[in-house]
Amino acid sequence: MIGSVVVVGASLAGMHAAHTLRREGFDGRVSVVDADDATPYDRPPLSKQLLAGEWDPDRIVLPAAREDLDLDLHLGRRAMGLDRVERLVRLDGGDRLGFDGLVVATGASARGLPRSEELDGVHVLRTLDDCLRLRTALDDHPSRVVVVGAGFIGAEVAATCRGRGLEVTLLEAAPVPLERSLGPMVGAVMADVHRDHGVDVRLGVGVDGLEGADHVEGVRLADGSVIEAEVVVIGIGVTPNVGWLAGSGLNVDDGVVCDDTLLAAPGVVAAGDVARWPSARYGEYLRVEHWETAIEMGEVAARRLLAEDRGVEPTRFDAVPWFWSDQYDRKIQLAGRSSADDDVEVVHGSLDERRFVALYGRDGSVAGVLGMNRPAHVARLRPLVESRVPWDEGLAAAREMP
Amino acid sequence: MRVVVDFDLCESNAICMGIAPEVFEVRDDDFLYVLNETPPEEMRPRIEEAVQRCPKQAISIVEE
Repeated sequence: MIGSVVVVGASLAGMHAAHTLRREGFDGRVSVVDADDATPYDRPPLSKQLLAGEWDPDRIVLPAAREDLDLDLHLGRRAMGLDRVERLVRLDGGDRLGFDGLVVATGASARGLPRSEELDGVHVLRTLDDCLRLRTALDDHPSRVVVVGAGFIGAEVAATCRGRGLEVTLLEAAPVPLERSLGPMVGAVMADVHRDHGVDVRLGVGVDGLEGADHVEGVRLADGSVIEAEVVVIGIGVTPNVGWLAGSGLNVDDGVVCDDTLLAAPGVVAAGDVARWPSARYGEYLRVEHWETAIEMGEVAARRLLAEDRGVEPTRFDAVPWFWSDQYDRKIQLAGRSSADDDVEVVHGSLDERRFVALYGRDGSVAGVLGMNRPAHVARLRPLVESRVPWDEGLAAAREMP
Repeated sequence: MRVVVDFDLCESNAICMGIAPEVFEVRDDDFLYVLNETPPEEMRPRIEEAVQRCPKQAISIVEE
């Protein structure tokens, strides 16, 4: 009988797990732990409205954090270890939280570059604190912002900085942004959108290191040249926060490895950016860093914990990944998955118009639908991915759509 | 129940349209149109899902 649940991680996945526990009628203790002391908040606006100065932090509090869920909150406290035998989580400061059920939702942390933590003026963007620090730096009207990495975070930061009237250089090591996931053709459009807006986009450029003594003075490229910068933002990805699980016996391999019901071990589930699970749809283990996925995983993970008690068959998690990115007046959305190895066909609009839909296919069926400023089409074509429609049939159906 | 959309927040992600196309439609002008502001009670689970899944939390249900 489950009497108490500890949720480690109070961001999207963790808070949706807590919310789901209550919605499913669980009335035992629900403790929520997070090293971030801010009231649980939503991350997407950190690279957009909050960074632009349009919103303040109170606008991004998570809906679940506004509800009275009767949570035992431990914010600003870091989980240091997990003892699965004694069934407790060790916090910094020595406290221990006992549990019957545990939700691991500790997310991921932004990767840095050598010396990025010691130099002033070098930023990552993952937390509210990161955002507010970067925002303050941008308020100072730096002569140039250099963004390292043209993935979605770097691209959104570049767009927001341009929106603030700042000069921006966007550096990407690959031949085009997101080449491995979007392929060269669609990846090229991602760069072009930034060039359309006056960003100095440098592709195929590796970053060697950061120049400067106390404050950053520039970014040194692989060819030895240096781009001067007062503000550098590093957007080169994240690593899952699994260090605290060392010695716990959980299977950790680029995230916490779960089964297809999100169970990592008896009475332990994982959700969100930290969780790796076997996708029946794609025939491989995935760790997905999307907003919608975090919500869905939080819900499924919570129900998984309650399933045995209730004699309910656990649900398998196999949601179609979906994400969006807003850059300037462009909205990019992907339902499903895409990769440079897939077949790609533009089925609506055109890349030149910066308004199009492209299908991605692998193993003879539709794997992903990508849209730029075509939200209704992506919504209507998403079922092609859900049903794994054969490629030719998918192309025909997509082209027929008005 | 009445479906209310805050159009200051709505960014036409069309997630709602994917969940309940009878109620939510993003048209070619890229604006969201609420086709039925008072959907039948049987639709409640899907409307609640749309509320939860909207990336901008722009949808709410008002009980009348």
